[in-house]
Amino acid sequence: MAKKRFSKIVIVLILSLMGILMVLPFYWMLITSVKTPLEAVHFPPTWFPQHFRFHNYIEAWNQVPFPRYFLNTIIITIATLIGVLITSTLAAYSFATIRYRGRNFLFLSFLAMMMIPIPVYIVPGYLILTKLHWVDTYLALTVPWLANVFSIFLLRQHFMTIPKDLYDAAIMDGCSRFGFLIKIVLPLSKAALVTVSLFSIIGSWNAFIWPLVVTSKDVLRPIQVGLAYFVQEQSTNYTLLTAATTFTIVPIVLLFFFLEKKIIASFARSGLKG
Amino acid sequence: MKKVFRFLGPYFYLLPALLIIFVFRFLPMLYAFRVSFYKWGMAGAEKFVGFSNYINIFKDSNFWQTFGNTLYFAIGVVPGSLFISLFFALLLHKSIRGARFFRTIYFLPVITSIIAVSMVWKWLYHPNVGLVNNLFHLFGCRGFNWLSEWRGIFQMFFSSFGLGIPIKGPSLALCSLIIVSIWKGLGYNIVLFLAGLENIPSQYYEAAKVDGATQWQLFRFVTLPLLSPTTFYVLIMTTIIAFQMFAYVWMMTGPPAGGPLGTTNVLVYYLYDHAFNFSRYGYGTAAAFILFVIILTLTLIQRKFIESRVFYG
Repeated sequence: MAKKRFSKIVIVLILSLMGILMVLPFYWMLITSVKTPLEAVHFPPTWFPQHFRFHNYIEAWNQVPFPRYFLNTIIITIATLIGVLITSTLAAYSFATIRYRGRNFLFLSFLAMMMIPIPVYIVPGYLILTKLHWVDTYLALTVPWLANVFSIFLLRQHFMTIPKDLYDAAIMDGCSRFGFLIKIVLPLSKAALVTVSLFSIIGSWNAFIWPLVVTSKDVLRPIQVGLAYFVQEQSTNYTLLTAATTFTIVPIVLLFFFLEKKIIASFARSGLKG
Repeated sequence: MKKVFRFLGPYFYLLPALLIIFVFRFLPMLYAFRVSFYKWGMAGAEKFVGFSNYINIFKDSNFWQTFGNTLYFAIGVVPGSLFISLFFALLLHKSIRGARFFRTIYFLPVITSIIAVSMVWKWLYHPNVGLVNNLFHLFGCRGFNWLSEWRGIFQMFFSSFGLGIPIKGPSLALCSLIIVSIWKGLGYNIVLFLAGLENIPSQYYEAAKVDGATQWQLFRFVTLPLLSPTTFYVLIMTTIIAFQMFAYVWMMTGPPAGGPLGTTNVLVYYLYDHAFNFSRYGYGTAAAFILFVIILTLTLIQRKFIESRVFYG
């Protein structure tokens, strides 16, 4: 018994050490963000700020148009979320429940598209956008992301678990195909829809390489690109940089703390189907 | 009319997604194939050059350095992340009190953007006043130039014993990026492994225990084989992600990014640099195709040689 107890203590100790390793960078970011510039570079380092300087946040917020970056990211996140939900639901519904010519071919082609990594797209994607004169517009930041093969795949897997009998019964009762989707399928698929939405929101909020490439105007930059350039310009002003970094991750961390169970379950599920 | 509608109906459901996937995924790839055979600049196609973009890439010593760095990065991140996350998933799976708390903590870096993570670690790695070197100082060590040390880690290791062995290895700067990348992705892999562990039916363990299996035998002959589909998935995904590394280089290295002495330059940054900093779109596209082929080949190789050892229950 004593041996078991001992091994449990060792396990908790190892887990705590790793926990500290995971949290320490965030803690260091937070305390640097409220230190005075002088204290931030003091040796030996202070583990708790001697004077709180919340003014860093105001200064960082006003130095570059962060409000605008936030607005851009919110616009992109919402537009993408709505688009992905509509296109994925419809496409997944057709792949899962309707039989038609070329269905399997189309589905496999979609899956093949998923094999191509985003960095491979950036140059040709950018060239297509220049042809459309979409570079430096909100269209470039949203429209290409309004459909997402992964979401289609995830929803299709879920829709296929809905029994065919249910469909036949609903049609017998005079329900249309679209009505069946709205009235029966969607309410039964809340968990899958939440997963798709969470991936979409987190993905849009954290997107970097695509908006970096398709925007050159400051006013169109989403939050990650704005922060990245801010870091590049203010390369030594670490109190301001950590303050800015903090407020860019607050929304997503809040979302995580409210929906922690759902978010982790979604990520876990993303692996199971492979 | 009604008949036509019935025939076309299913396609209407597919249409919005199909349109976007076609225009913004499929078409660019087709177009890219053409672009990669041209000298393509700011003004568009300048000259058909056949395979010379590809040939020039293979002749470019920077490309080979970049390729080697990317390999080093993947070789550092993939096994590192795999073993550490499996180890911690096994610890968390033992239903310790507070397991959920730890899982949440470990997951925090996963949802944080790479940009924020890079910024924070750049500060931690600061050569004079960063936390990492400060901790080294506390223990009486000198610390390192984490992000600007171009010497290979093996070179540094051997030269500290006064040995001049011509093995360099990845630069310390690249290793610093490897550490950050493992740190960020760990929580996700732990969660995947935990899901895999929960899917192993407890009867197997009970049966093995009845037969007198030791803890190690339980792990070796029950857990490991039954977990192998998850392990395989984590392996493939981590490899693919490692080969697409970009933002860490943009954020944490240089100037110029990819430095010191090109020892942190990776394939995606190489193609980005050529296309968007020098407006060599044809060349950049050709590099993108090479990257794509590399990733595809690796995935296929892993499928062929490792999947045969995977046990799908």
